[in-house]
Amino acid sequence: MGIKIQTQNLNFFYGNHQALFDNNLVIPANQITAVIGPSGCGKSTHLRVYNRIFELYREQKATGEVIIDGKNILDNDVDVLELRRKVGMIFQKPTPFPMSVFDNVAYPLNLHYKLDKKAIEERVEQALRGASLWDEVKDKLYSSGLALSGGQQQRLCIARTIASEPEILLMDEPTSAIDPVATLKIEELMDSLRERFTIVIVTHNMQQAARISDQTVFFYKGRIIEYGQTKDIFTNPKNKQTEEYITGRFS
Amino acid sequence: MRHRSLFLRKLKNKILTIFSVCAIGFAISIMLWVIWVVIDFGKEALSFDLFINCSAPFGSMSYGFANAILGTLLITLGAAVLAVPPALLAGIFLSEFKEYTRTANSIRFACNVLMGMPSILVGLFVYMIIVVPTGQFSGLAGSIALAILMFPVIVQNTENMLAMVPDTLRESALALGMTRMRAILYIVCRSARNSLLTGILLSLSRVSGETAPLLFTAMFADSFPEGYWSQPTANLPVLITEYATNSPFEEMHQIGWSAALVVMVMVLLVNIFVRIFFREKKYGN
Repeated sequence: MGIKIQTQNLNFFYGNHQALFDNNLVIPANQITAVIGPSGCGKSTHLRVYNRIFELYREQKATGEVIIDGKNILDNDVDVLELRRKVGMIFQKPTPFPMSVFDNVAYPLNLHYKLDKKAIEERVEQALRGASLWDEVKDKLYSSGLALSGGQQQRLCIARTIASEPEILLMDEPTSAIDPVATLKIEELMDSLRERFTIVIVTHNMQQAARISDQTVFFYKGRIIEYGQTKDIFTNPKNKQTEEYITGRFS
Repeated sequence: MRHRSLFLRKLKNKILTIFSVCAIGFAISIMLWVIWVVIDFGKEALSFDLFINCSAPFGSMSYGFANAILGTLLITLGAAVLAVPPALLAGIFLSEFKEYTRTANSIRFACNVLMGMPSILVGLFVYMIIVVPTGQFSGLAGSIALAILMFPVIVQNTENMLAMVPDTLRESALALGMTRMRAILYIVCRSARNSLLTGILLSLSRVSGETAPLLFTAMFADSFPEGYWSQPTANLPVLITEYATNSPFEEMHQIGWSAALVVMVMVLLVNIFVRIFFREKKYGN
């Protein structure tokens, strides 16, 4: 099993407030890694280092190393545009762009690749099929992406991200803002995506982590308390805090 | 524990409700009154001829204000061309480039000062820097004065409307590998497009009735606005001032009122158009 992402002594600061402490973590390729832990413990913060999206906010700073395919992406010589093509991200709230369903997928695709019209149409269809959305939108490709339901919007965001063929998918609580039926669809979708992508998902929902992930990471107060195979973490946690959290004694 | 009187709590609620309904009624009736007065006085002399004839001094064969309508459109359009692009960019800077806090604060302060500047001062300023050195009134000078008045309004509107776009939209645009400017112009501005356009159109309709700055800059001329770049240019607000108040002749008063009616209808149409076509659509759910 190849290693896709390796973080070493990762620390993170919001201004003077330290949010992550010496995170060390290995994420294997082509698996689903679930990140769990109580609110405000640094799960999302950790995830947002992987594509350097935190740099939008000047007061936020990361130190340490995040090695993706052997390269520390926190180095200054890393091109963030290229990094973000390789590391896609899905957010908590669906964020379709104010354009048609088709353009939502085609627009980012056009940024990264020179393709003729035919090839773009093929890629868009492929991506929408990949996100299990094609059958629901094939008749309204040219109506606004904002007109879709919440669950469809989220799958549209997934389609738009996988269209540029990233290698890693970061998902920041992708199902917390949508209903249970749509959640189920997205979980099935993730299962079908695991062969092609390395997926890291932050979730509040422990059943979800248990259902879909191969590996689970438990965060508490900015530190990684424990990580390992999901079945081991859920049935036989080594750490007492992990056990208490998983059995619902605190949250 | 003693209970508070339910009767008193409900009574307070009722009284305040009645007060606010009365206040709304008062505001609306003033507006209707203004509209009524302008229609009442304006309709007398209103005729099709007024819309095709050029204005002329008292005693002429034909009266009209076609030149003033055209002039007003030209001057306002010119103001928009001058003010809108820099104002949008400045608004984008204030809203999107949060890292330059100190620069942004000074710009914001300058805009607030400019916003509170009486329009007659802006007129005098343009008079001193354009009209006096070039030795002539011009439609262009009028456009510049109106542009100065519009600028801070559009900057503020742009900043406020862009601030309402959720950060997650910016983040998801950047997360797809867009550059910052592309994310701002094609995604953030696009999702706020309707409210940005609304702000621009409302500020245009607002300044199109400004009189004081035009008195010192565009002045007036009884001819069609061929000399926009270098000659005094006819416009409705100055025509109204001249005809309805300065002229001793009843016919001129009547035409002035008709011109006022035209301005009012133009402004109302822009407002209604904006409300219907750019109705605020909330982003996402």
